[in-house]
Amino acid sequence: MSIRLTTFSAPSRFYTAAGAAVPWLWAITVLFGIAGLYVGFAIAPTDFQQGDAYRIIFIHVPAAWMSMLIYLVMAFWAAMGWMLNARMSAMYARALAPTGAMFTFLALWTGALWGKPTWGTWWVWDARLTSEFILLLMYLGYIALTEAIDDPRRAANAGALLALVGAVNVPIIYFSVRWWNTLHQGSSISLTAAPKMAATMLTALLLMTVCFWAYSFAVAFTRARAIVLEQESDTEWVRALTRHEDR
Amino acid sequence: MNWQSFDEFLHMGGYGLYVWGSYAVTLALMLVEPLMAHRRRRQAFEAARADAGLEGAS
Repeated sequence: MSIRLTTFSAPSRFYTAAGAAVPWLWAITVLFGIAGLYVGFAIAPTDFQQGDAYRIIFIHVPAAWMSMLIYLVMAFWAAMGWMLNARMSAMYARALAPTGAMFTFLALWTGALWGKPTWGTWWVWDARLTSEFILLLMYLGYIALTEAIDDPRRAANAGALLALVGAVNVPIIYFSVRWWNTLHQGSSISLTAAPKMAATMLTALLLMTVCFWAYSFAVAFTRARAIVLEQESDTEWVRALTRHEDR
Repeated sequence: MNWQSFDEFLHMGGYGLYVWGSYAVTLALMLVEPLMAHRRRRQAFEAARADAGLEGAS
């Protein structure tokens, strides 16, 4: 077997393996994106309550899911980098942060554009929206902190502390619609109950989720490869790489 | 098919601004972010090559 755990812990092996995976990840992103948009707009019917405004769900919910999931994965790698003093783990954490921040912003943006026609307001400081906004601040704080410290190890350790403290916010976002009486609706999908939407709507939502998932891997891998080159530029393998490859 | 014409599709049952405002910004960011990541990797590669070249010359 060519892929082992060390593939993901040795920067040189990660660089090569991720470089090979990225084109496939983009193919999945594009194919599932096209399929999701087709099902979401051409096949899924107009909602009897919300009209066509509900179609924002196909990007709003996957973006919100990714915003929370990426934070947890980022905090996990940051913690691993801190505990095991593993450089590659810390690089994964830093590679994920901008993508997580982008999806958090998109969840808020699409939420505002969905809230206006359905609730009558762009924004309200209820538990779900406020905790998601705090998530955006966590990402931005993490990026600012790690970028402000020049020494990669010190930056990783300071970032790990912030990422771990902020991880408390993620379950608060997820369960906010249950714990508090929010304007935001409860979850439409759960593992234990039948989904509260038409099968075609659910299909489009899941296709877009795969699209966003593959996108996240593709971008985070690309950024992680950049970070590897930046931090390992004085190593023999990077020198050999720059001699033997064009770009 | 839900729509009889392209105008109807753009109109989105009166919610065109909200639906397309959401999708346009999402698409724009999901195009710009990968381009920035690719550029960052290429610049890191060029910088590493320049470093290696300087040391090789000395």
